[in-house]
Amino acid sequence: MTEPVSRRALLGTVAAGAGGLLLAGCDRVNRSPAARALLQSAEQAHLASQRLLGGQALAPEFTRADLSPDFRANGNHQANGNPDWVRHRESGFADWRLRLDGLVLRPLELSLEALRALPQRRQITRHDCVEGWSAIGEWAGPQLGTILRAATLLPAARYLVFHCADSFGPVPYYESIDLIDAFHPQTILALAMNGQPLPVRHGAPARLRVERQLGYKQAKYVMRIEARATLAGLYGGKGGYWEDRKDYAWYAGI
Amino acid sequence: MTPADSLARDPASGQPARSDAAPRGGMLVRRHRLSTRLWHWLNLVTLTIMLMSGLMIFNAHPRLYWGAYGANRDHAWLQLPRFPGWATLPSSYSLADARIWHLAFAWVLALALLGYLLRSLRNGHIRRDLHITAAEWRPAHLWRDVVDHARLRFPAGAAALRYNVLQKLAYCGVLFGLLPLVILTGLTMSPGLNAALPWLLDLFGGRQSARSLHFLAAAGLVLFALVHVTMVVLAGPVNELRSMITGWYRLPRERSHD
Repeated sequence: MTEPVSRRALLGTVAAGAGGLLLAGCDRVNRSPAARALLQSAEQAHLASQRLLGGQALAPEFTRADLSPDFRANGNHQANGNPDWVRHRESGFADWRLRLDGLVLRPLELSLEALRALPQRRQITRHDCVEGWSAIGEWAGPQLGTILRAATLLPAARYLVFHCADSFGPVPYYESIDLIDAFHPQTILALAMNGQPLPVRHGAPARLRVERQLGYKQAKYVMRIEARATLAGLYGGKGGYWEDRKDYAWYAGI
Repeated sequence: MTPADSLARDPASGQPARSDAAPRGGMLVRRHRLSTRLWHWLNLVTLTIMLMSGLMIFNAHPRLYWGAYGANRDHAWLQLPRFPGWATLPSSYSLADARIWHLAFAWVLALALLGYLLRSLRNGHIRRDLHITAAEWRPAHLWRDVVDHARLRFPAGAAALRYNVLQKLAYCGVLFGLLPLVILTGLTMSPGLNAALPWLLDLFGGRQSARSLHFLAAAGLVLFALVHVTMVVLAGPVNELRSMITGWYRLPRERSHD
């Protein structure tokens, strides 16, 4: 060896110092709005590339043999903070009505009975939580497209917003999808899970299934669907509770 | 770089040596192409960010499963305590922020690898410098290289112009093994790409298997980095660092006796 040990020690010190600076630097960059905006522009690349590659491709579907023995519930496990929902739950959702309004020609109020009378799509799919876990379940309910066609979207409509009964705080949960996902064949309003009426902890009486995105997009305890031209003006303007609250990506295909 | 196309400088004058001068210890030679040097340092930044943000993402659910599904009630083959703040990006818990970093730099990692592979195919780097010859695959040759490494006897003089076979195995393992694996298993965790490219799920045996393999591939890259830095320190860090910054490498002098 020709290199003196002291030089090695120096290099070690420099490396350790650089490591410390890197940590502090990354946290600082992480807080910089300009840097965040640059990093977050990748979301558009995810959306564009996945739409380009996938088009209207279906999410993989499984068989009953693949079902998770115990499907972990994501998000809230009840909506007890909402008196209307509590009242409906106590009466078995007999008087519950799903409201579809906003930029539609004919606003609708649909009972569970009316939703069940529509053609039902049954699909066994994998639910992926943003945290990393996955569970496989069987969902059944009308395609969202069927309901939207019944109401007829106005030409200006670009997004569907799902207003929910559950909440993590003072603000009720909400999520949104665009029309490509809204009319995707696997996008359903699930009324049943694993052959049973949708359990309370999974979002009774109706939850969204948008199968090519992560768990936080699968709005539970849906009370109202609103057709909008833009997400601006909806709470924080980013299109969803976690998007507004914690800066999660609106497009959750990855 | 091979002796045939390497540019050597005379150690005494510092002037480029005549092209027919035989490379010998002490001579400065062009060791790394610009594309290799750029990719190397970009990778240092990118992989550091990917690792640290990845550990934060792992912290959100520090359990690993095999198969298509896996959650708290299912059998985890590995459960770890959460990684400490000094190892994660950001340093305090934020899954959302870690994902912003991880999913942005994933593009940098993947596109840089693709660009480097294409460049290295075109400029002969893979064929001339990384290709492992039949002679090098012979067990006797491999074993001699293992013994030389164990004794910290590194190639000197003209022999140091070329990667030794363990080096080639390590670099090829990263270039054609771990990096493609970590990228493809990362893509396999995307529900959007599962619809577009369902064969990825078949390839890795389901999303949770892909997540486990992603973690293992990352661990493999960390192991590589540790060995890599150790070897750089042992082989002469200043000469090695200079060669990866400027491209110029001083050939170690031949041992006079052993």
